Amino acid sequence: MRAILSIILKRLLVGCITLFVVTLIIFGAIEMLPGDIATELLGQAATEESLNAFREKYDLNRSLPARYLSWLGGAVTGDFGISLANQRPISELIGQRAANTFFLAGYAAAIAVPIAVVSGMLAALYNGSVFDRMLSSSTLAAISFPEFFVAYILILIFAVGLGWFPSLANVDPGMGLGERLYLTFLPAMTLTLIVLAYMMRMTRAAILNLLAMPYIEMAHLKGMKRWRVIAVHALPNALAPIINVIALNLAYLIVGVVLVEVVFVYPGLGQILVDAVSNRDVTVVQAACLIFAATYILLNLAADILSIIANPRLLHPR
Amino acid sequence: MHQTLHALRDAPVSAWIGIVIVTFYAILAILAPLLAPFPEAASIGAQYQPWEAPHYLGTDALGRDVLSRLIYGARNTVGIALVTTALAFLLGTSMGLLAAVIGGWFDALTARVVDVLMAIPPLIFALLILTITGTSVLSLVLVIAVLDSTRVYRLSRAVAQGIMTMDYIEVARMRGEGLSWLIRREVLPNASAPLIAEFGLRFCFVFLFISALSFLGLGLQPPTADWGGMVRESAKLIGFANFSTWQTATFGLAPLLPAGAIALLTIGVNLIVDWVLHMSSGLKE
Amino acid sequence: MADALLDITDIRIEGRSDRKWKPIIKGVDLVLNRGEILGLIGESGAGKSTLGLAAMGYTKGGCRISGGSIRFDGQELVGAGEKTLRKLRGKRIAYVAQSAAAAFNPAYKLIDQYCEGPVKHGVMSRPEAQRDAVELYRKIRLPDPDQIGFRYPHQVSGGQLQRAMTAMAMACRPDLIIFDEPTTALDVTTQIEVLAAIRDIVREYDTAAIYITHDLAVVAQMADRIKVLLRGEEVEDAPAREMLANPREDYTKSLWAVRDFRREPMPAPDIGATPLLQIDNVTAGYGAVNVLKDIDLSIAGGSTVAIVGESGSGKSTLARVVMGLLPPRKGSIRFDGTPLPPSSRDRTPDLQRHVQMIHQMADTALNPKQRIRDVIGRPLEFFLGLKGKARETRTRELLALIELDPDEFIDRLPNELSGGQKQRICIARALAAEPEFIICDEVTSALDQLVAEGILRLLDRLQREMRLTYMFITHDLATVRSIADTVVVMQHGVVVEQGSKDDIFSPPHADYTELLLSSVPEMDPDWLTDLLAERGVR
Repeated sequence: MRAILSIILKRLLVGCITLFVVTLIIFGAIEMLPGDIATELLGQAATEESLNAFREKYDLNRSLPARYLSWLGGAVTGDFGISLANQRPISELIGQRAANTFFLAGYAAAIAVPIAVVSGMLAALYNGSVFDRMLSSSTLAAISFPEFFVAYILILIFAVGLGWFPSLANVDPGMGLGERLYLTFLPAMTLTLIVLAYMMRMTRAAILNLLAMPYIEMAHLKGMKRWRVIAVHALPNALAPIINVIALNLAYLIVGVVLVEVVFVYPGLGQILVDAVSNRDVTVVQAACLIFAATYILLNLAADILSIIANPRLLHPR
Repeated sequence: MHQTLHALRDAPVSAWIGIVIVTFYAILAILAPLLAPFPEAASIGAQYQPWEAPHYLGTDALGRDVLSRLIYGARNTVGIALVTTALAFLLGTSMGLLAAVIGGWFDALTARVVDVLMAIPPLIFALLILTITGTSVLSLVLVIAVLDSTRVYRLSRAVAQGIMTMDYIEVARMRGEGLSWLIRREVLPNASAPLIAEFGLRFCFVFLFISALSFLGLGLQPPTADWGGMVRESAKLIGFANFSTWQTATFGLAPLLPAGAIALLTIGVNLIVDWVLHMSSGLKE
Repeated sequence: MADALLDITDIRIEGRSDRKWKPIIKGVDLVLNRGEILGLIGESGAGKSTLGLAAMGYTKGGCRISGGSIRFDGQELVGAGEKTLRKLRGKRIAYVAQSAAAAFNPAYKLIDQYCEGPVKHGVMSRPEAQRDAVELYRKIRLPDPDQIGFRYPHQVSGGQLQRAMTAMAMACRPDLIIFDEPTTALDVTTQIEVLAAIRDIVREYDTAAIYITHDLAVVAQMADRIKVLLRGEEVEDAPAREMLANPREDYTKSLWAVRDFRREPMPAPDIGATPLLQIDNVTAGYGAVNVLKDIDLSIAGGSTVAIVGESGSGKSTLARVVMGLLPPRKGSIRFDGTPLPPSSRDRTPDLQRHVQMIHQMADTALNPKQRIRDVIGRPLEFFLGLKGKARETRTRELLALIELDPDEFIDRLPNELSGGQKQRICIARALAAEPEFIICDEVTSALDQLVAEGILRLLDRLQREMRLTYMFITHDLATVRSIADTVVVMQHGVVVEQGSKDDIFSPPHADYTELLLSSVPEMDPDWLTDLLAERGVR
């Protein structure tokens, strides 16, 4: 047990260091703006006073490390400073939106993960069957189609053609869960379709890899039933790779959400990020990037740790 | 050469479909000025013309010929994606191979840097950097090339590390061969198949990535014709589509045409990549 | 033979490669009586494992039975349903795989995997099976039989796992067990224990067995009857003692003859001459571990020194130290009286040229993308500066020297060669540098015996013609007997004993040498019995 604990602690430490370096990069980005940020944003014609007022407001007069520390401290407590574009506190701007984004990603994951894992396993078990071949060609489509292509096809069919679902996902905080699920169905479907094939293919590969192990052959040669070989002999060993597949795809979902939000004009974090980039609203970009990056890193970290725990060789060391 | 021809003859149908698609796009891109009936960025008619001669695919919001813009789009989007991929490859493979062959501190350092770069989702990272650099073509190419080279680095390093464990590398080292011989003569010839396949995959990724940025309005800037941007510009039309007549129905296709053009090319490249990967894994048997 | 336990007639098995079915077993008959042990021998690719698995009605993925019949206890297995086969497998026919480490499920304790068969086949209840497991573990002489079952596979050593797997196969008291090279992956000293355990338990329960191996001496100990296979066809089938004493077919005779090769001993080196290679007090290792500890060794010019030891003895590490791939932590190496820099990077090309190495796996020692012309030509160019025509001529001479036709082979790629030919190319590449000293690292252990003998004869001839010195690393004592002048025995990174071949092979021995020598199976069918009796007495 000691060994596995130390492996996990080591992995956690690496995760924290990565997160730290990433905050440095995100914070440092603003410093790399050519010239002085105040002159850059207020223009060459700005008076000395307005420049000073600007510097005061955005805390630009203190030393770099001091500003980094107060930014980081604020970020941890949910205070990301003030938007450059409209002078409002960022936490106010993105609070609800971040929640919307996580809701959408979670919705898609709740549909995609069970379908992907089950069908990926079936495809592996019936390797070479029609179902399996259909799955491989659907993967090709999923790799090749841009997110917005899938989204517009869905809109054309289900919103414009059949009129079943709205093409815009206008949710607001007061809505009930049912209405929310209905409005966000098409964006969630788009995300699902995008990650589904990937996840199925990776699950299938993980299981196939496992089924080729000598101990699986041995289980067959011991006269065990087929389902028993799969459920009892293969599955416990497949846990680690499958957990990995799921977490990787969840991390991917969090990012893929940016494009889908823009297509469906969904009030999420991705959309505000894109707007902020075009307006060069640096402080908002920083905040949004930090949330996305941190989620991504934490999901990957969780995947690593779970798969370490699920590995029998590490769980029962010599 | 003879082997390539031989392999082509035995290629499965799927690979042939891929080859035909890619060739078609290549011809479009190279001969765009000759093939396009109208100029890339000039308004030549009323806006939102339906699909009929001389504008076979109608016109857009500024009255530009959609067919011509699609053809020029092949040149712009594919061209930039190709340059970016080539750059990413140059950077990624050279660092990856060097890291595997030299090992030691160089390997450790580059691997750490890549770990950090890959810890941030590429789209987010690109948005962060583009905020600072602005969305010029040059910064777009450089940013995506650097971000994408991390993946090339990982793969080429892993492949080369596999090769470095082979005894023939030890033999060459014991002979006292230099770094350049090791990389050029011993490692590279054995790494070529997976690297070629990876080039195709990376191209698809970069191509989709640039299209996505353009779709978000952060990639290639108008008036340059670019498929991702065309999807963005015509996206609102989809709401006006109705299926009463085929010409009104084409409004729905407005964003799907450029999006489909993107999808078709990636499918084509992927089909070829699958075939290359299959061949290289078959040769190992 | 109506009452035979297993009756296979004209069985044909095909394997799929390159989208075509190719025959693996080309019509073989096999009859096995109750309680009989059949040894199935042949070189790699003979199809012995495939035939063994077919006796369970099983084929590996990508293979199929295309004809013939397999009757087990009167029941036809070819074309039998999954359910029928399942009821036989594990219960009446059991299997012991070559690599026990891979064939045990890493997620479960040994005893859980033991109990699975008997419980699921309805032979015993779980508590009964558990008691039975402990009993069998004891019979098979596993240490701590009461507790060992509660460990996970990766917590148990290879030899013990192989015995635990034999016990597991025995769990339902089957009528037949297939042993698929159960000791091939083990060291000789471990092999003895496993062989003895298998033989005793099979005899005790009067179980019939098919024992698959490529090692004649092993099969001589185990089998009542031996069947020899060659490329999917039967060569000879006879009672063990009869076949050992008097093989009929030429191929069988050639298998037997391999062990007779003895090279003429080299004249003893002058006393007081500088040794060609002198290793003083060398300690080396990876990370925190010292794999080699205080090695002293000297090798006289023109002789062959065999370094013998089991896996983990440090013999291959020693080769890496001499080659300069692993600089030693302590100690020094002299070549022909001059000190060798510890790292190959600091050695002059001339020094590197004089010391060459031939690897165990010719497959990985040849760059698959280089033609033979370049494989041999490169060292000619690198060390001797030969270019163009001179290089080509010398390459052809070298090919002729290793008995390969230059015109036929010079343009080939490595994957167009057989295993033995590849190893010859590696030898030619080493010779191209015109060395004085060659390290041969297990050069014959990946090869079939006949091919291996060809390589040994070639190396011997070259040594005489070119006055080469060999450091011959091997775990195979038969090879040592055939080629060595002096022998160095290593264990756990330490030299246990060194001396002339005659000294080492005749008593008195150091304890470990004694154990090692006595553990090498001999062709005498009574050898194991006698050895166990002798060891039991002590």
